[in-house]
Amino acid sequence: MSRHASGIQRRDFLKVSVAASGGLLIGFQFPGLSSLVSAQTTPATFMPNAFVRIGTDERVTVIVNHSEMGQGVYTSLPMLLADELDADWSKVGYEPAPVDPKYNHPAFGMQITGGSSSVWSGLDQFRQAGAAARAMLVAAAAQQWNVDASTCRTESGAVLHGNRKLTYGHLAAAAAKLPPPEHVQLKDAKDFKLIGKPIKRLDTSVKLNGKAEFGIDVKLPGMLNAVVARPPIFGAKMKSFDDSGARSMPGVRKIAAIPAGVAVIADTFWQAKVARDALRVDWDEGSMHDFDTGKMMADFRERAKTPGTSVRKDGDFESALASSAKKISALYEVPYLSHLMMEPLNCTVDLKAGSCEVWTGSQFQTVDRANAAKTAGLPPEKVQLHTTFLGGGFGRRANPQSDFVVEAVQVAKAAGVPVKVIWTREDDMAGGWYRPAFVHAIEGGVDASGDAVGWRSRLVGQSIMAGTPFAAMMLKGKAYDPASVEGVDDLPYSIPNVTVESHQAEVGVPVQWLRSVGHSHTGFAVECFVDELAALAGKDPYRFRQALLQKQPRHLGVLDLAAQKAGWDKPLPKGMGRGIAVHFAFGSYSAHVAEVSVKDDKVRVHRMVCAIDCGQYVNPGIIQAQTESGAIFGASAALYQELTFENGRLQQTNFHTFPVMRINECPEIETHIVESKEKAGGIGEPGVPCAAPAIANAIFAATGKRVRRLPIRMTEAV
Amino acid sequence: MIDFSVNGKRIDLDVDPSTPLLWVIREQLGLTGTKYGCGMAQCGACTVHINGEAVRSCVAPVSRASGKSVTTIEGLSPDLSNPLQRAWLEEDVPQCGYCQSGQLMSAAVLLRAKPQPTDDEIDEAMTGNICRCGTYSRIRRAIHRAAEMAAKGGAQ
Repeated sequence: MSRHASGIQRRDFLKVSVAASGGLLIGFQFPGLSSLVSAQTTPATFMPNAFVRIGTDERVTVIVNHSEMGQGVYTSLPMLLADELDADWSKVGYEPAPVDPKYNHPAFGMQITGGSSSVWSGLDQFRQAGAAARAMLVAAAAQQWNVDASTCRTESGAVLHGNRKLTYGHLAAAAAKLPPPEHVQLKDAKDFKLIGKPIKRLDTSVKLNGKAEFGIDVKLPGMLNAVVARPPIFGAKMKSFDDSGARSMPGVRKIAAIPAGVAVIADTFWQAKVARDALRVDWDEGSMHDFDTGKMMADFRERAKTPGTSVRKDGDFESALASSAKKISALYEVPYLSHLMMEPLNCTVDLKAGSCEVWTGSQFQTVDRANAAKTAGLPPEKVQLHTTFLGGGFGRRANPQSDFVVEAVQVAKAAGVPVKVIWTREDDMAGGWYRPAFVHAIEGGVDASGDAVGWRSRLVGQSIMAGTPFAAMMLKGKAYDPASVEGVDDLPYSIPNVTVESHQAEVGVPVQWLRSVGHSHTGFAVECFVDELAALAGKDPYRFRQALLQKQPRHLGVLDLAAQKAGWDKPLPKGMGRGIAVHFAFGSYSAHVAEVSVKDDKVRVHRMVCAIDCGQYVNPGIIQAQTESGAIFGASAALYQELTFENGRLQQTNFHTFPVMRINECPEIETHIVESKEKAGGIGEPGVPCAAPAIANAIFAATGKRVRRLPIRMTEAV
Repeated sequence: MIDFSVNGKRIDLDVDPSTPLLWVIREQLGLTGTKYGCGMAQCGACTVHINGEAVRSCVAPVSRASGKSVTTIEGLSPDLSNPLQRAWLEEDVPQCGYCQSGQLMSAAVLLRAKPQPTDDEIDEAMTGNICRCGTYSRIRRAIHRAAEMAAKGGAQ
């Protein structure tokens, strides 16, 4: 097997210890931190900085520092480690990492699952951990056989030499006593046994028999359940409440005012919910009492007429537009969106004098623990946060304020016993932290030969980062929020004069990242406007893009692949249309072709063909699942979803007013992966941005009408 | 007192008869495989069987189960041997997994009524079950695969 040095300094970096089971535990030791112990030891000695534990029972447990919310990290990250380890895959399992700086995201410096970054950020970390473990097991075997380690080989959970064989379980105790290797060698790609293969997920069985434990399933001895009455309007404050009806209801133990509202604590969730609904709370409605999204969007449209903060300026857009043979302008609008995870928000807290334990499906462990600690009045190291399975995350469970965790700690303070707070679906939807609404005005022109010569984008919407503890770090001194303009600030098309401007709106609606973040709206606006330019130039929308992407080989690669697999030039039956879109986000390139029909103003998406180039990939089965998941997520938003406010109150409450695509509406969908040796990119989010524009452009092909506002309503198409 | 059976086990419970079956199953009986998603029969995550029929347990008062036999995901098979579970494994269906108990319970009723369902019949039977991760293509394939397995003599 050929190997190459990883180039990472191993000295003072790798440490080994004997795990409680007597097996081998290996991980990364960072300078300044004491020696490591098993991630499964008791809290009192809990100092994990390990990624793998090998038991004398041959079990290989990979400790995963990213949260499993459907995207497959409990499989893809163990694959990386197990491949370098030459583990027996049937013996490999996963375990969520506890909260510890040693499990921080290598690029973000916090424990977080987001930005479609788990695999690319864990690539070296997990492979090196596996390779180091393997080297020590080999050294242990070589010692026992009294042979040179270089003459040993490894295969499927065992070290081999000639006819002799020792399994990793047998070697674990001996290997644990050896010094860590100073250098680890990583496999050449041609020697991968797992990486690059469509390995089945490790977490499927428990999701088919009810055994997978989500946050909502956590049960502690003596635990009570709570439901909270929260302000009906953002920024409203509780003036008083009347619990005379609720107090005496069955199972109710306590009703208490907390900073977030009024907590009803009962034996069961259902009792708490019924009593909560019987509360009469008098709210000081505050400044948002007359908030109206219709008026807000009208304000945004006005602002879009004026110059904003400069984000990008290539050439001279004004002159280019003035000299254009043909010009066009369009106003794209997208609404607030709810993440709408299938599992509504919930959090369980056991608060004791001097310690606190939290169970929740967190995407943001470092921050959640710190905020829980602050609320509990404890130092962070006195708070243990247990990451459960997440019934969907989509960014909502990475809240910069840890709203649902902080609130649960507040409730626990009132309860005095372990307590689980469950949000109803209606609570979850009304709870804020939405994808911000945006108006995106674009103007552009083509010359006499139909080449695009100028483009100006002006975006109006709320900043996700402004006002959060991360503003300074994420904004990096910029006068605009990069998350508002990502996906248009890097407009890939060869257009000589490009201006991008941003208006930051101040609105009292809490907003947050939602799957694909800024790309979820810029992908729509940009790819629809490119289509409009193509039509203006009298050119085929696929070939128009092709011509403008000659300097962007990876955009071109997915664009061509999607078009070819979709049979771009094959005629469709009358009444149907085909649309295309291409977008770069989170390190990956994506293109979709959608086929739609429109009948009686109803849009039906029949087929979606997705092409994805995420560089080197780990598990093509997961790549396919995530790409299609993203496409359906994007299509749901495009076809159905909108949050609106009237008199400060959210008008949507549940799935019937904020629908999700269902199986009978789901198109035939296929994914084609570009083989690539490029740096690994993300996969959780890149499938989202192309869905809406591909559908909207297909509607134009079918009907000649342009959709410029989401969700799509044919009555508004122009 | 409400008297019914869950996964073959006799249950006597002193519970408010208007309590949704979902919360009795989850909180009183500790069977947490059945999920809460919407509370108004919109998403299907809470699907269980009452006397073999698919029921959205979030809106079914527990009194509806009185004297009847309830099956939850934990009772679909003791060992993942149901053809649907096997097919779900082979097609690697779940992502986050939260809706999958409900999907399986709806699919089980479908296959009993239509052992070889068409795509339209799958649509009709499964439309009430939302998957926010969008695993629908794999669900469809897995149902067809389970139907084949059952036809080839797999125990149903």
